[in-house]
Amino acid sequence: MEAPEQEPYPLDVEAVRADFPILQRKVGGDVTAPGEGEGDTKPLVYLDNAATSHTPDQVVDTIADYYRSYNSNVHRGIHQLSQEASTAYEHAHDRVAEFIGAEGREEVVFTKNTTEAENLVAYAWGLNELGPEDNVVLTEMEHHASLVTWQQIGKKTGADVRFIRVDDDGRLDMDHARDLVDDDTAMANVVHVSNTLGTVNPVAELADLVHDHDGLVFVDGAQSVPHMPVDVQAIDADFFAFSGHKMCGPTGIGVLYGKQHLLEEMQPYLYGGEMIRTVTYEDSEWEDLPWKFEAGTPVIAQGIALHAAIDYLEDLGMENVHAHEQLLAEYAYDRLTEYDDVNIYGPPGDDRAGLVAFNVDGVHAHDLSSILNDHGVAVRAGDHCTQPLHDKLDIAASARASFYVYNTREEIDELVEAVDDARQLFA
Amino acid sequence: MGIGGGSDMYRQQILDHYKNPRNYGELDDVTFSHTGENPSCGDTITVDVRLEDDGETIDYVAFSGDGCAISQASASMLSERLQGMTLEELEAMDTDDITEMLGVDISPMRIKCAVLARQVAQDGAKLHEGEIDDLDVTKTED
Ligand SMILES: Cc1ncc(COP(=O)(O)O)c(C=O)c1O
Repeated sequence: MEAPEQEPYPLDVEAVRADFPILQRKVGGDVTAPGEGEGDTKPLVYLDNAATSHTPDQVVDTIADYYRSYNSNVHRGIHQLSQEASTAYEHAHDRVAEFIGAEGREEVVFTKNTTEAENLVAYAWGLNELGPEDNVVLTEMEHHASLVTWQQIGKKTGADVRFIRVDDDGRLDMDHARDLVDDDTAMANVVHVSNTLGTVNPVAELADLVHDHDGLVFVDGAQSVPHMPVDVQAIDADFFAFSGHKMCGPTGIGVLYGKQHLLEEMQPYLYGGEMIRTVTYEDSEWEDLPWKFEAGTPVIAQGIALHAAIDYLEDLGMENVHAHEQLLAEYAYDRLTEYDDVNIYGPPGDDRAGLVAFNVDGVHAHDLSSILNDHGVAVRAGDHCTQPLHDKLDIAASARASFYVYNTREEIDELVEAVDDARQLFA
Repeated sequence: MGIGGGSDMYRQQILDHYKNPRNYGELDDVTFSHTGENPSCGDTITVDVRLEDDGETIDYVAFSGDGCAISQASASMLSERLQGMTLEELEAMDTDDITEMLGVDISPMRIKCAVLARQVAQDGAKLHEGEIDDLDVTKTED
């Protein structure tokens, strides 16, 4: 593709790429030895960002600095290192609160990931509050993180679990939503951005609908927070969750946002140290929010690194991050739809998040991704933790390319070339 | 090219067996039949086996199913390979025998696809011989 009259990138991609040394890696060799080795000859084209994103030097340095200069347990020592670590760890909660528009640190609980945040609410709230008279509303495009969790809580409590239909364009059928949500709806769990279809769901409208019936709303923001400006109060979400590893942060950290009065009413999900104020042999009293929900030694290094990841993204500007991905998504959509035998799932190119799930007629998604891998192109192949949605689409699996701040049009050209190679091999 | 290779796995032989599967379909007078799946890929394979009168020698094998090229080509090649073998020989087949039969390096992530048909045939034989008795569907999870 010639590029003379192409729209400039909203981000300085060259500068961004320089922050991610892993992007210089070559692949194609022995997969049993981690890191670049002798047989690795193809430049890496990393398009699996919806699964996990890469980590810029600024964040890696923050982690190294923590371990090198103030590693310590938090809230336990009066010694200087413990105070430094505690302050940094607490500030990370403040930073997250500011980033997503929460009132303050009381509303920000650090977890292991989105999945654990879902489970925290399902166990601490769902198991105690739900009964056979209630229903829980999900969407057909939920990730297993929420789908399996509420499905199982439904079995334990007798609550009816129901699913808002996805229409042929990959959007939620809002008429169906209005039919499903009723005065017995206690909880609705909605994915903000579908990790398979790329659909951006009208979560504020859904929250209105559910609140009209006095239900609560949990928004799964795993695919929205890393990619676009998000304000949990503007959405009026009661709970909201996302993962650090999908937004330039490390693995092992996720966030549960909850409205303060709800978190206050909820009982802890895990018991132990750090989450208590006083303990006798007979009974215990809980610590203030958010610590009440962070039992045991928490994710200290990861929390501090998440702070650095947010700083990194906000330096780029979330509007720019979003615009950059829009541009790439539209470009990928246009290029892939040049082929009649490539089927893309979800809404059209100008109305989707920065990911594209697709199949090539006559080529199984796993074969496709093996061939892409041979070109150095990393995509996800499988059901992307939305197995029921894949069943509904009547496909066993799909390949998914997902973009982030460091991706370029040239990388998408490489993807398209590899897809064309697969088409010809299997023709 | 190393063992991560994609196109490398798709040499002519594999593509040929995928596009023109041998012995595809179901057998009429089958001695035993067994089905398996590879849940992570969505591959499914059913293997039908007819034994000779000695009850040991494999007379004919047919398979059906669908899934990725590696799983289907492997089933097709295996259906040819097994004819004339004994059940004992079938049960002795290991992963190396399969990669040898395929003639290409299979990346670690795809090995389950490659061995599915063998596993199904072996489990079918064990069920037939009464060595195991409570297996509905073979699943290659680990
Ligand atoms: C929409 C969505 N929800 C939840 C998750 C689960 O995230 P994690 O695996 O970090 O818990 C993911 C990603 O895997 C996702 O894409």
